[in-house]
Amino acid sequence: MQAPALAAHRFGYAETSLRAMQADPRGWVQAQFAADRQDPTPFDASGLPGSASALALSAELLQALRQPDEAAATREARQRLRALNLAGLQRRWQHIITTESPVAERWVQFWANHCCVAATKLAVAGLVWPHENEAIRPQALGRFQDLLRASTLHPAMLLYLDNAQSIGPQSRAGRRRERGLNENLARELLELHTLGVDGGYTQADVTETARLLTGWTVRLRGDGRAGFEPALHQPGPKTILGKRYPEGPQALDLLLGDLARHPATARHLALKMARHFVTDDPPAALIDAVAARFLSRDGDLRATALALFSHEQSWRAEHHPKFKRPEELLLSAHRMLKLPIGPQQLGAASQALLAMGQAPGRAPSPQGWPDRSEDWLSPDALLKRVQWAERFAQDHADAADARLLAPLSLGPDLGAATQQQIERAASPAQALALWLASPDFQRR
Amino acid sequence: MMTRIDTQRRRLLQGMGLATLLPTRLALAAGNNTALEAPRLVVVMLRGALDGLAAVPAPGDPAWAALRGSDGPAPLPLDGFFGLHPALTGLQRWWSEGQLLVLHAAASPYRERSHFDAQQLLESGGERPFELGTGWLGRALQASGQGSAVALSSSLPLALRGAQQAGTWTPARRAGADEDLLTRVGQLYQNDAALSAAWQRAMAQQGMLGGDAAGGGSGFAALARQAGTFLAAEQGPRVAWLEANGWDTHTNQAGRLQRLLAGLDEGLLALREALGSQWPRSTVLVMTEFGRSAVLNGSSGTDHGTAGMALLAGGAVAGGRVLADWPGLARAQLLDGRDLRPTLDLRQLLAAVLQRQFGLSQAQLEGGVLPGVSIRDLALWRV
Repeated sequence: MQAPALAAHRFGYAETSLRAMQADPRGWVQAQFAADRQDPTPFDASGLPGSASALALSAELLQALRQPDEAAATREARQRLRALNLAGLQRRWQHIITTESPVAERWVQFWANHCCVAATKLAVAGLVWPHENEAIRPQALGRFQDLLRASTLHPAMLLYLDNAQSIGPQSRAGRRRERGLNENLARELLELHTLGVDGGYTQADVTETARLLTGWTVRLRGDGRAGFEPALHQPGPKTILGKRYPEGPQALDLLLGDLARHPATARHLALKMARHFVTDDPPAALIDAVAARFLSRDGDLRATALALFSHEQSWRAEHHPKFKRPEELLLSAHRMLKLPIGPQQLGAASQALLAMGQAPGRAPSPQGWPDRSEDWLSPDALLKRVQWAERFAQDHADAADARLLAPLSLGPDLGAATQQQIERAASPAQALALWLASPDFQRR
Repeated sequence: MMTRIDTQRRRLLQGMGLATLLPTRLALAAGNNTALEAPRLVVVMLRGALDGLAAVPAPGDPAWAALRGSDGPAPLPLDGFFGLHPALTGLQRWWSEGQLLVLHAAASPYRERSHFDAQQLLESGGERPFELGTGWLGRALQASGQGSAVALSSSLPLALRGAQQAGTWTPARRAGADEDLLTRVGQLYQNDAALSAAWQRAMAQQGMLGGDAAGGGSGFAALARQAGTFLAAEQGPRVAWLEANGWDTHTNQAGRLQRLLAGLDEGLLALREALGSQWPRSTVLVMTEFGRSAVLNGSSGTDHGTAGMALLAGGAVAGGRVLADWPGLARAQLLDGRDLRPTLDLRQLLAAVLQRQFGLSQAQLEGGVLPGVSIRDLALWRV
């Protein structure tokens, strides 16, 4: 694949034509990360409900579940929660389809998946998109430590990974009550968000991290912000990776700073970035270069992105191409065809993603959506993708002529076999279905 | 539906010369007399780590009362020492029929506490996470050359990777795609090895499994019933893989486990019913990536632990007993003062199941299927 097509497809969400990046594909990507970038299409969160409204709704729903007539009592709150989620999802999808900074948006989505929260329990049910918009989006080009802090202390994360109810056994509350430590967030902070599973920590480090994190909680009824409750905090210093941290809320920033600067974190993050944006098994030179920049620039994510997107290995055409995740596939089809996802299309799009194995906002575990081709490329999933392509093309056959669109969008890299199949198609709808189902479009 | 897809599949086979699919299909289509007598295997993977001490409590242990005694309703009695979670009423019946065997204090060789690494290890069958990129069940299928397998999941689980004869199935949400388009897509994928291979298998499965087989929903019980239906068919697959999520019970686990285990119980009953006359030849293995902390955490839940339990059920299983070298629950007996200590290697259980299912030799098992495993006769079957 040539550089303009790489810029549009490997790093972005596909384009209708390669005109914008034809002359200077590297410049087109790097400009999206420039410090003085004036994004003509910034994410517009106006009018979207934030964490506070989502939490209040969850609290209301929990209350209603205790009523004798549970179904009737919860109906209205459930509908409002659903409406809140759909509004957030629609705004997010529309932004991805229309943004003029698609690579920077992929970067945001990478971090949202790295610090994954999923609507798999009631308290978090309305918080997935507020977490992305409040904790990830504003920090994605800042310092990793700040992003990590914003995500760790977001109500969504504190509730999703149970820190909200973790109580220091010797804290004031712990001595009074039976409840105590919960190490879920502590473990995933070390294993998934920073050091990585081979990052050299022990069970004792996990337990001590859990103790350090006690006190950081969120009340369901409140302003939607996390806070530190001294009565829940485990007294005394904690030792993590051989270093002592003081009692109290100030220990959190010290720990996050140390984790963010740890070489194991840099390696772990660099591998994930290179794997997501370039190829399933990225070359060591690329990982090393990205990790080195991350470390030398103290976790500056803008500088790290530029290291990744300017490296010669990132632009190599010969890497084994990735297989798009279902959401990337669906949104790149909409983007390429300039088809908005309005309230009327939300249901069908969500259903299609569910069938293809990626229900929006419901990642299967704190590890987020998997990122290797083999995680997505199964016979059944492929059949579901082809069925999606068929239906999508039936609904939108008049949106574009695939015979013209395919070479416009992919340039000279369009495979001869694909082009031939599209040209020989029995109908415009079938031509579009074949283009969307083709290896050229399913991969990036 | 079935006829249409079948015709379609034959056309694809002729048109594209898909030699790799033919041996299995021909063997089955030739009316193999032993097809109905071949053993059936269902593996149920509980992702998220089931609390083994909640599913199969040990009220007979002197430390039990202090550790878990106040947590939840009284267990169903098993052998006086162990009990069964009260949601598992169907399994208690299997126990009294002698068709349920519990393996306790069991663990894979993994001693850390990451779900992701532990699942990788349990599915790959290696000794260390990420040492192997294919799965023990896939390698066993490949080594035996017998029958095929189906995973009732949208992507092929690692455990089944490595076998040509393994595919996936989920209930279709709508009618299948247009025949002509399917043919063209087959041609479209000719130059992409991975897509082409996946597509050939998708088409073959549509034929083998009857396309949009009578789907009764997508919950665990519906999938379990469907698995039983597939395995009961003379020309169907011999191995099925099922999975259930949600076992990572860090908080308030009593209520959640009541629901989850009731769902598991219901699903296993549905599976047995659908297996019908195949039940005497069937083995059902239920496993999870590790156990949970023996000590409850501060949120009335349990954190990631080490040893847990596995279940083996089926018409020929020498059940009605708990197979365990019980390590005890006193603080000093727990691993790291918190987890049930492993005394049984799950890989030995996997080896015994594979020996039964595929008749693999010790050399095949120790050599490539479960590298480094030490085979041990666990006396799991009555005959």
